[in-house]
Order: sequence, then structure tokens, then C-alpha cells
Amino acid sequence: MPSPRQQKIRNFCIIAHIDHGKSTLADRLIEFTGSVTEREMEDQILDMMDLERERGITIKATAVRLVYKDDDGEEYIFNLIDTPGHVDFTYEVSRSLAACEGALLVVDASQGIEAQTLANVYLAMDHNLELIPVINKIDLPSAQPDLVKREIEDVIGIDAENAPLVSAKNGIGIESVLKSIVAHIPPPSGDEDAPLKALIFDSLYDNYRGVITYVRIMEGRVKPGDRIRMMATGKEFEVTDVGIFSPALVPTAELCAGDVGYITASIKNVRDTRVGDTITHADRPADKPLPGYKKVNPMVYCGIYPADGARYDDLRDALEKLRLNDASLMFEPETSVALGFGFRCGFLGLLHMDIIQERLEREYDLDLVTTAPSVIYKVVKTNGEVLEITNPTNLPPVTEIASMQEPMVKAQIMSPAEYTGSIMELCQERRGVYKTMEYIEGTRVLLTYELPLNEIIYDFFDALKSRTRGYASFDYELIGYSDSNLVKLDILLNGEIVDALSLIVHKDKAYQRGRMIAEKLKELIPRQMFEIPIQAAIGNKIIARETVKALRKDVLAKCYGGDITRKKKLLEKQKEGKKRMRQIGTVEVPQEAFMAVLKLN
Amino acid sequence: MKARGLYLHFPFCARKCSYCDFPSYSGKEGFMAPYLEALLKEIGSYRENREKYRISTIFMGGGTPTLFSGDRLAEVLDKCRECFNVDEDAEITIESNPGTVDLEKLLILRKSGFNRLSIGLQAWQDRLLGFLGRIHTARQFEDAVLTAQKAGFDNINADVIFGIPGQSLEDWLETLKRTVALNVTHVSAYSLIIEEGTPLYSLKQKGLLGEVAEEAEREMYHRGAELLEQLGFYRYEISNFARSGFECRHNLNYWRNGEYIGCGSGAHQYLNGVRSSNTPHIEAYIKMINKTGNASVSSEMIDKDQEVFETLMLGFRLTEGINKADFQKRFGFTLSERYSDKLAALRQEGLVFEDDIALRPTPRGFDFQNHIALTFLD
Repeated sequence: MPSPRQQKIRNFCIIAHIDHGKSTLADRLIEFTGSVTEREMEDQILDMMDLERERGITIKATAVRLVYKDDDGEEYIFNLIDTPGHVDFTYEVSRSLAACEGALLVVDASQGIEAQTLANVYLAMDHNLELIPVINKIDLPSAQPDLVKREIEDVIGIDAENAPLVSAKNGIGIESVLKSIVAHIPPPSGDEDAPLKALIFDSLYDNYRGVITYVRIMEGRVKPGDRIRMMATGKEFEVTDVGIFSPALVPTAELCAGDVGYITASIKNVRDTRVGDTITHADRPADKPLPGYKKVNPMVYCGIYPADGARYDDLRDALEKLRLNDASLMFEPETSVALGFGFRCGFLGLLHMDIIQERLEREYDLDLVTTAPSVIYKVVKTNGEVLEITNPTNLPPVTEIASMQEPMVKAQIMSPAEYTGSIMELCQERRGVYKTMEYIEGTRVLLTYELPLNEIIYDFFDALKSRTRGYASFDYELIGYSDSNLVKLDILLNGEIVDALSLIVHKDKAYQRGRMIAEKLKELIPRQMFEIPIQAAIGNKIIARETVKALRKDVLAKCYGGDITRKKKLLEKQKEGKKRMRQIGTVEVPQEAFMAVLKLN
Repeated sequence: MKARGLYLHFPFCARKCSYCDFPSYSGKEGFMAPYLEALLKEIGSYRENREKYRISTIFMGGGTPTLFSGDRLAEVLDKCRECFNVDEDAEITIESNPGTVDLEKLLILRKSGFNRLSIGLQAWQDRLLGFLGRIHTARQFEDAVLTAQKAGFDNINADVIFGIPGQSLEDWLETLKRTVALNVTHVSAYSLIIEEGTPLYSLKQKGLLGEVAEEAEREMYHRGAELLEQLGFYRYEISNFARSGFECRHNLNYWRNGEYIGCGSGAHQYLNGVRSSNTPHIEAYIKMINKTGNASVSSEMIDKDQEVFETLMLGFRLTEGINKADFQKRFGFTLSERYSDKLAALRQEGLVFEDDIALRPTPRGFDFQNHIALTFLD
């Protein structure tokens, strides 16, 4: 039974497809409850990082405490936990959900439910969360709230009759959402005097305080001075501070069962505060951790190299700093003949990879060369040894390979029914195996396919979007490995293999891909003093060839009337351009070339 | 005493050409008189140091200097002689465009001491002249040359351009033949560069400009150079051809990385180891000169390393290349001492060769001048 204190708490999150208005709704809730002063109020306050703001997505979960006074003058504490909205971060979402008793399911009144939303709804249902559907963007001319309500009832099977109709953008219907939260989301329970169990749903590194751990107290209580233990890692720390998010960190005397807040304990590394882990007291530990913890493993790997080899140490420092904040980022040193010293980095998915690259370039001012992403292949050698290959270059010689396996995913694609044909065609091209198809509301379909992960990491989502005019949405989960006929495709420039360009592909795709890469490289590699043959090869067999013709001239004929400085500047610019190139043997290769395989079509 | 060049800029044109990105303007004729006053004032600022600066070449460029009257131009030249120690046998060049010079003006110029006339032709085909935004026809160019010769100019340069969209190889060779037939002594042959900010550049951005294939452009250059050599001109610099003894001494000084004084808006100068330039804006120039006597907006001290690089960058443009003895005398070390690897690579690529006197570009080296210069840029 919730205590009287707990009766006045509501912990919830918001589930929404990207663009359906999650952050805007959060802003309005914050604004309406007056939890943030005018001056602090900035649009999309929960999306703190620049990148999040620019891309309109949430990368890290964040939390905020709102104080809501209902019509009878009763005060309620709302803890809104913002969750990432992308498939790469499913695990983080699941931990955020575990910290809540309820969720607002925000659906765009003109778009209806999307695959992403559905995936998160199922996650929420797994956690027994009370779902409150909220129909957003009702002010749009194309809004069809009744249709969307029916869709929610049909597809998800929850009552949407009384769903608040809102326009977060224009501040319409916000109070009805707040009332629904009080009425429908159960208050937290949990024995305040039991041994401490605090669920970590996020953590971030702060230069002054060390790691700030975002927690939901499930049982017990915690205060500064307590000796705490991380149940998964066994690490122990002394609590320096506890408090709440307003959304700035505000210290409190203690946190009790039902509360959402933060704990700091002079922790130096976020890897010691893994999302999903349980914090307990060292001297009076809980007997069992909270369920659901798992160590997240990267799905996608790529090589990251400094464009300027001299900045290798800077790159390492930057990666280490980012890892302080991102326990799922993996990296280890590697060397490439073509690119020199760099790192093989593991990511949860392509978006995660993109974000890390962008943060390295933006926040650490690094110029990077990245290789095409690869998944983890399993190789069974003839001597029985099993290898996990994250870098195509490390693939053993064909003669030593008994069999190879590649990761498979179950993909769910939701789209208007008229695009079914194109989607099936696309999945077919990507070696997909058709599983099921369901109609939703007669006008939309939910297709389930099994696809090799390496077929979706390049440009699957873009292709899907373009073939469905942007209407399809997509979600996937890893389902395991299966045997596959894979080969290593090498690219040769001027007769020499460029290791950083090698990739592993399905044999049936090798010719096509080899040809496309050769063509793309021909476009990207500038003409030089001599002719450059570009070849694609499997083993010793050349399967495609293109040629970059030799330059005919490199001269500035003009005499700028004594303006020697201008001439010199032009040369310096040219030199800068050359510096951004990678020298491979005698060939100068622009950095984009290493990502060329990503930009085919 | 060290001889220097003197450059004077005249930033006025009857019309701006479609390819031109030089600091020159049309429609600002109202400023011509105050501009000239300012220019005379800037020249005048050197008078107190007259004996310090020996001048062996004067080049009045633009723009179109000959938009000014003969008398006023003569006045400027007189002012130069008054304020600088100008050699008796100095080369004194003035740039002009057909349609801005008549016999009377040319006679005045010749008489006042100008001994070299540079005339902008660009192409012999009127349709190409139209495309380039020129104000004249080929016929007017012909008139200008004949008139100049009548006025006593026996050293005449024609500026011509190749690689113009729509220009055929035949057009180009015709331009050269007809030009040489008029007994000019010097031809400056430039490859058209579409510079940002010009009308041609906007056309190109809009996709409305035909591309000239690199192969076609190079063929024009090679065939043009061949033809000029057959006609008794020799290529002494990438883009410059002359009858023996008629090389432009003023420009040679640039390419040998010598010093020069520049006066007028947008003028560049390399004096006592400092490169500087004046504001390119006419009004600003006039204001600055009248207020402070100085219109310089940028200056850079050239250190030894830069001087070496600039000497190489410029010197490899010349057929005479870089004179080994001069280089050693100037810098205190030999080229092969410091650059043996780089020179070996360039020789390997067939771009430079060495003889007893100098390091020089090969004919192929003329096509890859930037590559040669970049080799020395660290």
C-alpha cells in the first residue's frame, strides 16, 4: 500500500514516435505547473544537449520534477522521466520505463501509431505501466482524432475513449493531461524502511561532482553519508549528495521509496553506475537486485581515425571523456595500413555511431576519418576455433574458414497499405525473409521480416523512407545468428589493397557492391598526376574496375598584378585540401571515400 | 642601387568585363578627378626619399588607365619622375583598351615617355568579345595597334584569352595569327578562369555556362604556344610570349621575386621585405589618402623561409627558371642543398630539369606549375 506521502507522487514517462510532439508536450507540462521560471524556460527543456535540440530527438534520458496543484488545492509531485525515442536505445528506454508507474502515449492526430511507438508500448506493457493515450496536434487540418482513437483501441487494445485531445504546440488541453495523470497513474508503493533498492535509469558525468546517478528509489531510503554498493559491479561509494530534478539539481535531505532523484558519490566513471543496476546499502544490502539488468553490447562497429595522425592522443582522450557519459560506447586501439593509428569503436546502432562521431567533431574539434560500419560476424575455423570479427581486415584466409554466421534481426515495418509492394520488394533485395503481415484499421499494414543486420545498417531506413514517401516507420531487434555465405570484398587502388575499405558482404551481393563502390570512388578520388586504377576483388579475382584519369594541368595561369599574396593563399588552400587527403601509397584519397560504401545509390 | 618596379592602378572601366575580378569599376567616373589627385598625393609621399628608390620599370595598369586624358596621364608620369629616381631607359608601360585611345592621345603618351603599350584584345571573334563583355570589336583593336604604331610605339603587347566557352581551337589560333600579323612584340595569353563574384561565375552557378574540357583547354595552350614559337615569339613565362628583347621587364621583376612599389587603390607592393596592399575601394582610397596620406589595409613581413618559397613559386613560372648563382647569392645556400629530395621527385615526374645555370620547368612543368610550387610549400 502506498504511504500517504507516496499517494501524492506520480512517476511517468512519455512514449511517442519521433516528431509526434513528446518534447513539446513535456515543455507545456513544465510550463503549466510553473516548475521552471520564465527565464529558465527554453523550448524543449528536457533535451539538453545541442545535438538533441538540433536533431529533435532525445539521446539521454532526463528527468524533471513538477508540482501540480489540483482543483481542490491538493499538491502532487510529478516525476517526468524523458526517454530516448530511437531503436538504438531500447535498453535505456526499458530502464526508464521500469522507473515509472505509468506512461503517456502521445500519438499524432494526423499520423496515427508508428512502429517505433508500438515497440515502446509493448515495452511499457511488459512493465505493467498504466498507459494514458494522448492525441496530439489536434489543431492540424489533417487531424483525425476519432480514427486515431479507434486505431489505438484496435492495435494496442486500450481504452482511448477519454484520451485527452491536445495541441502541445498551442497549449491546448494540457490541464486535462495533468488531471488524467492524477486520476489514472497509480502512485508508487514500496516499503520506505526496507533495505535500499534504487534503480539506476541514467547517469551522467559532471566535471565537479563526478557521476550523477539518476535513480528511482524502489524500496528503502538514502541520504548523504550512506555507504552504498552497486549490486552488479560490487563497487562501493559514500553518498555525497542526494536530491531532485527541478530540472536543475536541488539537494534534499534524503530520497525515499517512490521518489525519483539523483545520487552523487564521488564516482569517477559511468561504467561503475550501469543503467539498470541496483544501488543498495553496503551495510544493510537488499538480498536481490531489481530484475532486468543486462550489460548492453554494441551491434555496429567502425574504425575511427584522426584525419591528422598527430591528434591520435586527442582522439583517445575525447573517446574516454565520452565514455564517461556513455557506458555503451566501446573502443579499442587498432591500426590500419591506410589510415594509421585509430580506434575500432562499437555502438548500439547507426544513430548512436552518428551521434558519437558528431560529438567528437563538434565538442572536441576533431577531424575524423571513419570507415564503413560493420556488424559482428562469427567465423568457425577449420580447426574448430570460433572468432568474432568486428573488422573485415581480420577475417582469416578462406582456406581456414569452415563456416560463417551473421547477425539477424526481426524487423517490424508499419506503413500505409499502398506501399506494401515496394516494402516487400525492398526487403527482398536486402535478403529479408517474410514472416507476417497484419492489417491495421484496414488502411495500414504491419509487416514483419527477418533481415540480416548488415543489410539494414547502411541505408535501409533511407531506402524505406524514399519508397514510402516517408510514411513507413521501422523498428528491429536482434534475434541471433544464422549461417551465411559471406565473402570479403577488397578494394585496390593502384594495385594495392586498401585495408580500410575492405568489407564483408554476402556472396550474391559482392559483384553489384564491388562495382558500385568502384564507381563511387571514381567520383570521389580527384584526378592526380598519374592514372589510378580502382579495382574491387574477392580474393585474387578482380570483379570490377574503374580508372581515374590523369590530370592534364594544375596551374594558375593568371598574373594577379603583383598580388603574390593571393597566389600564395590559393596554393595554401590547395595544400590544406591535400592535407585532408589520405596518402595511400602514391594515391591521395579524400576522407569521404572511406565512407563511400554508405553512400551508394 | 637596387632597382625596383613601380605599379600605378587606375580602377576605372567603361564597362566591367564578364570575367573580370580585378578591383576596377564602371559607373564611378565622377570619382576620376579626385582619384587622380589622391594618386598624385600618394606618389608625392615618396618625394622626400627620392634618391632611395631607383625605379627601372613603371606599369600603369587597371582598369583602363587610358580612360584618362593624355595630358593627365603625362602629368602622372612626370610626377613619378619628380618623386622617384627613374632610370633613363626605364620601361614605361600603360594598359589600354581599344576605343579609349586615338592618335592624339597616343602621341601625347609617347612623347611624355611611355614606351610600351599593352592593349586588351582577348579574342578576334566579335561573338566571343560580346560574351566576354568587351566594349570593342576586333576591327577596333586593329585600329588601336596601327594608330599606336603610327604614334611611335614599337613595343606593343596584346592580351588574349583561351579556354572561353564557345571558342574553338581554330578561333584561338586565328586570334594569335591575326594579332601577330599586326607586328605586336608581346602576347599575354591567359587561360580563362571563372572567378567568384563575376557575371560568368553566376552563369556557371546557374548551369548556364558551357564547360570547356580540360583536354580542349590544354590543346589550345599547347597549340597556341607552338604557333607563337613558329611565328618568332618565345615563351618566357607560362602565359607570356615575346620577341627576343621584348619581354616585359616589369613583370619579370615580379617573377624574379624583386621588390616593387604600388600606388593607387588595390595596388600591391613589396618594399623592404614587407608585402602590403591598398584598399581596393575607390572612395575609401581617396578618403584615406586625403586624411592620412596612406591607404594601406594589409601588410605582411616576409621572413626568409617565405621569401625562399615565393622565389621558387614565382621562378618556376619562367623559362629561365631559377638562376642557381643568383639564388645562392640571395639566400646563402644552394637549392640542391636544401631541396635535393623534392627536386629529385620533380625531376622524376618530368616537371623540372637542371643545367649548369639554372633549375627550369620542362614543357610539362608549365602545365603543373601549382604542383611544382606545392612541392616546396610546407
